[in-house]
This record gives sequence, structure tokens and C-alpha cells, in this order.
Amino acid sequence: MTILLELSGLTKAYPGVVANDDVSFRIRAGAVHALLGENGAGKSTLVKTVYGLVKPDHGMMTLKGAPFAPEEPRAARAAGVAMVFQHFSLFEALSVAENVALGMENPPKLRDLATRIRAVSQEYGLPLDPDRRVGDLSAGERQRVEIIRCLLQDPSLLIMDEPTSVLTPQEVEILFATLRKLSREGTSILYISHKLEEIRSLCDAATILRGGKVVGEVDPRTTSAADLAERMVGTKLTAPKATGGAVGDVVLQVAALSMPPASQFGTPLRDIAMTVRAGEVLGIGGVAGNGQDELLAALSGERTSARNTVTMDGMDLSRLAPTARRKAGLLTGPEERLGHAAVPDMTLVENAALTGAARRNMLSGGFLHWGRARGFADEIIAKFDVRTPGNHVAARSLSGGNLQKFVIGREVLQDPRVLIVNQPTWGVDALAAAAIRQALLDLAGQGAAIVVISQDLDELLEISDRFAALNGGRLGDAVPTNTLTMEQIGLMLGGAHDTRPAQRAEPAHV
Amino acid sequence: MIRLERRPTPSRAWGAASPLLAVALTMVAGVLMFAALGKDPVEALRTIFWDPVFGEFAWYFRGQLLVKAGPLILIAVGLAMGFRAGVWNIGAEGQYIVGAICGAAAGLAFYPSDSWLIFPFMVICGALGGIAWGMIPALLKVKFGTNEILVSLMLVYVAENLLASAAVGWLRNPDAVGFPGSRNLSRWDASSNLELIAGTGLHWGGVAAIIAVIFAYVLLTRHLMGFQIRLAGAAPRAARFGGVNTARLVVFCLGFSGMLAGLAGLFEVTGPAGQVSIDFASGYGFTAIIVAFLGRLNPLGIVAAGLLMALTYVGGEAASANLGLPGAAISAFQGMLLFFLLAVDVLTNFRVRIWQGATA
Repeated sequence: MTILLELSGLTKAYPGVVANDDVSFRIRAGAVHALLGENGAGKSTLVKTVYGLVKPDHGMMTLKGAPFAPEEPRAARAAGVAMVFQHFSLFEALSVAENVALGMENPPKLRDLATRIRAVSQEYGLPLDPDRRVGDLSAGERQRVEIIRCLLQDPSLLIMDEPTSVLTPQEVEILFATLRKLSREGTSILYISHKLEEIRSLCDAATILRGGKVVGEVDPRTTSAADLAERMVGTKLTAPKATGGAVGDVVLQVAALSMPPASQFGTPLRDIAMTVRAGEVLGIGGVAGNGQDELLAALSGERTSARNTVTMDGMDLSRLAPTARRKAGLLTGPEERLGHAAVPDMTLVENAALTGAARRNMLSGGFLHWGRARGFADEIIAKFDVRTPGNHVAARSLSGGNLQKFVIGREVLQDPRVLIVNQPTWGVDALAAAAIRQALLDLAGQGAAIVVISQDLDELLEISDRFAALNGGRLGDAVPTNTLTMEQIGLMLGGAHDTRPAQRAEPAHV
Repeated sequence: MIRLERRPTPSRAWGAASPLLAVALTMVAGVLMFAALGKDPVEALRTIFWDPVFGEFAWYFRGQLLVKAGPLILIAVGLAMGFRAGVWNIGAEGQYIVGAICGAAAGLAFYPSDSWLIFPFMVICGALGGIAWGMIPALLKVKFGTNEILVSLMLVYVAENLLASAAVGWLRNPDAVGFPGSRNLSRWDASSNLELIAGTGLHWGGVAAIIAVIFAYVLLTRHLMGFQIRLAGAAPRAARFGGVNTARLVVFCLGFSGMLAGLAGLFEVTGPAGQVSIDFASGYGFTAIIVAFLGRLNPLGIVAAGLLMALTYVGGEAASANLGLPGAAISAFQGMLLFFLLAVDVLTNFRVRIWQGATA
């Protein structure tokens, strides 16, 4: 088989970190080639080099046998390299066709373009109406816009950066079918991910990066997921284990919780109901933007709701502010670390006091005991293995994984009655993620009620006792996790409430 | 190629050095400006910065220094509190005027009594006047989400008209036939705010400024309210998550800065200014914004910044009297100080990198 792209000795250093260190590998024509690695392993820098966004310090590339050193993305596109980014660059107010036209060097007439978009979308099984406004599309449909924009250029190499993070399992299947078809037709695909099962089912070659270096070239179809993970992380991973402890009485009860969105781009919460028992982990899955942030804000007290919608041990918390809920024992961990769960420019001591002041007895007569805050920060750092030069550094100088361990540790160590976390391991390396999941399970083992909101289905299946799906601000019924298949989960995420009685499945006002 | 690179943590060294560098750069720009105006720049700088403290007539100027620095520091401490929290009170000038009018009116209601209670009562009314003027933008912001920058600024012009109507109308001295302006409060024993220690220029306003500085410093570093103020300014979303009640914070910050501005106005009208007159508003409320930033929004820094700014006032007056420098030149000089400070501030959070040629 012919080699499409060859990288040899690519090195790129940034101040304080070598992002790519002497990286060499080859991508065959028509191959689906996985680039596997943790956050910070250098995947992004590498593909940005191929796409002409980053200039390497050393090393060279050859594309179809000719030297390839794109000065800018336009040059890379002209040479046949296309890329779908993890974050889309689309204008919400414009139609699909207009968005596609904006990305082209010499756009044809919109009507002709619409015809071509329809043709390509049919050919590759990516249903998309060129006249629809992008603002009305789901994340999966927006991704299709980006893919079709690339396919119209007839690329010989298509780079996909973490494409499935915004998709439901069904949408993933559609995407994979498209990618396989492309590969059969001779287009190479460089597929970036840290999801091992996906890579094993889709890719026929894989390059594993760790700390900027190539640490392995494997055939993912014949390598086990555990083996891949071990190479990716560099050490053996143990799956989190529940520490026993029986499930007790209902602790957290949410009933008829409805809330208008905080902004015009938010999602309203509609009639949310759930119960969580002591010692239990309830997993709430859902594609991003279906009300996760709003649900967390309603539970944390950042936004208050109608009376008796949020109760804990029979006590009505609905009208209480965050600090009062903390005192009562309901703690939360928001998704966004910098700027929400932690103040980026403040020290770890101050960030420890951010939520710990009330429960950790740091206040007397309105005055703060900074000594106790320091003690609490040191305790979090020690017990959660937060790698930091000390408690005096600003939160934003910590790596994502370390800061996440700090903010989760801060809540876990306050001995909560109920802990609600949103995306607890988002953008966190596998070791830190495992430590965080274990801490959540241990906490449940001690009798706390835990709610984990996450878009990572593997995570939810691994640690939760029951699973419920959040879709368009509605929460489906919770189902025991051990009976669920991926297909059922996909249906639940898509909004099918097949577990409910038929007359309730249809919303009354439709 | 010059590029700015974000520092992982704000540089402490630059945080401390940038006011000094800004002062130095202002001096350089000032020299150029004075030279362009056809004055001897060295002479001008000496008249502004050296003579008031060490010159022949320093005995007079030194007193003036505290007279000017007192209200600047008092107002700036309050403003800094709000600026830390992201509450932008630009209308301290208006709160200063209203505080003075309220205090003066409250006192004059008892004229010509000589009870010792009158001055404390005037102080309280001055504070309340400032608070009330600060509450207007605060409540509008909390209830209707209006922009406090615009509302507080516009209220300065309302206050100025109020001042004019008081001076020529309802507070006019009935014994001074035809002249605008109230009775002279500094010559009425019950209301006069005199120098406490002869020759220093220290009056009750200076004492209030010292108390405010200490209070603000303790509040910011030790108290939960100060912590919440810093949280709200640094990361509003995290502050709400941490339990900060934003509405309460807005009311506190505008009320506190309004109160201090109102007090500054009261101490001014009973002391150095002496009466409610049309030209009572002297721009302290606006200059205090520069003082607050020059002092790094830190109460202790504000003391130094207030003294420096007072020096440019006092020295500037001397320069315009002795050298014929236009008054606008002094205002431009003060403006440059803020300009350079904000420019140099970038270095606290960013590092300058210079590349020679293209990198391969």
C-alpha cells in the first residue's frame, strides 16, 4: 500500500514544554489512522503542524512523496488536507450553505452549492438541509456541516479532532459509516481520540503519543483496550471499585423542578424529578447543552426554584442560597474549573475558602481564619495528590487534572450529605480521572448520595448505580445501570422515554 | 517581532514596580510637554514636585498637601472597594457634592445655635447624603439592571445643578445681600472643621481618611465581605457559586463609596471651602479615580497615591502662578499618570517577548 503522509522527526517546543519530541510515523493511503494520547500528550500540536497552523522547530513531512511544509491552512487545504475541529467555527445566524460558502476560496453560486451539498450529504449518508439556519441545528448536525465543507474539497487526508465528544451513540454510528466509506474510496483519515473502544472499532492503525513522544505503533483491531490504555498512560490503570455499603433511605428528592433559562442561549429545565438514596450514585447522561449547567445551578443554589422542588432529608432547600445549602450538607462541583469552580487568579488557599469557609469553620464574626483555610488547602493537596509547588500558587497555574482533583477534593473532604458534580473528569488525564471516580465511589460507600452529570457514557456506566438521561431540559426516568445496553442509552439520550407509561411519554402541550 | 505572553501567575515584582515606572514615564512625557509649551522643563518639575515639600515656602505648601490629599484618599478608598468588586462608581463627584449640601443644610437649619452636637450631626447627614446619592445607581442596577457607570456619572450633573440651586437659592446666605453662596460654615464655631494641629493641614477629613484606610485594609484582607468583594471582581461566576450575593455587594460598594465621598464633601465644605458656593465642586471625585488605580486599588497604596496626586495639585498651582503654566497642562499631567499606569499594568500579567527575524 502507498504511503500518503510521512512525518519524520517533528519537534515543536513551547516555553517550558516540548509538545512534540522527534515524532515520526506514516499514514497509508485509505487508512483510518488513530492518533491516541492523553490531554497534553501533543496530539493537537501535531495535527496543527500537519494543517499548517503550527511550524515545527525541526523535522519534515512528505505528502504523496513530495516535501510538505504548509505555511498556512490554505496551503494545507490546497494540498488536499482538510480538518474538522473539535470546536466548530460556524455562524449561527447563517444558513448551512452560506456557512460552507464562507470557508471556500472561490465559492460557487449559493444555489449550485446547495445542490452539491445535497449530493454529498446523500452520497455519504449525512442528512443535512443546506437551507437551514445553523443556529437551529444540533451539535451532531453542525459537525456534519463541517465534514461536508471538508468533503467538498475532495481531500486526500481528513483530520478529525475528537469528533464523537458531542454525539449520541446513534450519531456516532452514522459518522463511522461515513468515515468507513471515505476510507474505502481512498481518503485517509487521521482520527484523534482518547476513547479506546471507538478506535478499536474504527481504525486500522494507531500511533500512541505520550509526553510528546511516540510510544507505540499498534494495530488497534488486535490490541486490547486495556493494553492501549496502559501504553497511553504509561502505567497500569485499575478500574474504580465501589467500596460496598448498602443503599439507604432517600436523601435528595427533586420534584417538579422547572426553570426558565438564564440567558437566551440557555436550556429551560422542564419538570425534573429524581430521587437519590444514601450510598447511591445516580448518573445523568446527555449531550452537551441539554440543561446540565442549568440543573447544577438549580441544585447548587446559584439559582433558586419554587418551594419544595429540591428537598434533602425532608428539608426544603429550594429557596436557599449556595452557602445555606452547603451548611445543610449539599455540595456541588460545576463543570467549568476556571472561573466557576475556582477563581483563576486566586491562590489555592483562597480557593479552598471559596466553598470551604462555612463547613470548615473558617469564619468567626464575619472574619476569615486564613490559617484554617491554609490547613484545609494543604489537606486537599495531600489527600488528593494535587501536584503543585505549594498552596500559594494561583489556581490557573495548575494543570487541568490537578486543579480538578483540587476542586473535587475540596467538596469530598467537606463530608457532604449530597454531592452533585458536573463533568468531574472532563479534560483530565486518565490517572487523575480514575482517582476522582474512586473518590466519588468511596464517598458513596460512606453513605453520601452522589449525582454525577457527565457526557462521558463510559464513565457513567462505570460508577453509577442508576442512569437517567437529560434531553432538552427534561430528565428521563432512572434505570439500573447494569441492565442497560449502549443502544438503550442512545435512545434515552435521544429523548425516547420508553420506560414511562405511554400517556406520559407525549408532552401535553404539543 | 514583539509579542505579549500571558504569565502563569501575575508578577508580584511588576505589580509593585509599575506605579513607580508609570510615575517615571509621566515625568519624561511631562518634560516634553513643558518644553513644547516653551517653559524650562527642569524648572517646572522642580516647582511642582520639589518646592512644595522642600522649597522656601514649604511651610505653607505642606499644609496644603494634607488638605488636598485628605478628600482624595477618603474618596479613593471607597471607590477602590467597588472597583475591586467590578462595581464602577464613576460618580463620586456627585456624591461628594450632595454630601456637602446635605451636611451644610442640616447644620444651617440650627443656625445660629452653638451646640457642640451640630458638627457631629452634620457629619452624619453628610454621610447619609452621599449614601443616598450612591443608592440611586445601586438600586437601579439591582432592580432593573442599569449600568452603574452611566447612571452614577449622569448623577454628577444632576448634583451640580442641585449645587447651583442651593448656592443661589435655598441655601443662600440671607445676610449677604445679592451675593451667591451659603453662610460661611468654617467661621461658625458650631460647624467649623478647623486644622487639628496647626501648620499640618490635618482636619477631621484627614482623620476620617486614616480610619477609612485602616477599615478598608482590614475588611479586604481579613473579613468575609472583603473576600467576597475580591471574588466578585476576579471571577463573578465563581463568586456566585461561592455564595456571594451580587445585589448585596452592589449596594454595599456603592453605599460605602457614596458615604466616604459624602463625608469628604462635608469636611471640605465646613473646612477649606467654607461655604456652599457655585464653584464648590473641584473635581476631587474624578481625580480620586486616578488615585484609586495609581494606588493599585490597595488602601495602603492609595495613601501614597493620594499624597502624590495632592502634590501635583499644590505644585501645579504654584507652577501656574510662578511660571504661567496653563491649568490644563496640570490636568493633562495627571491624566498622563493614569494613562501610563494602565499601560505599564499590562506587564503584571504579560511578559514581553522579542523575536529577531523569523523563526524557522
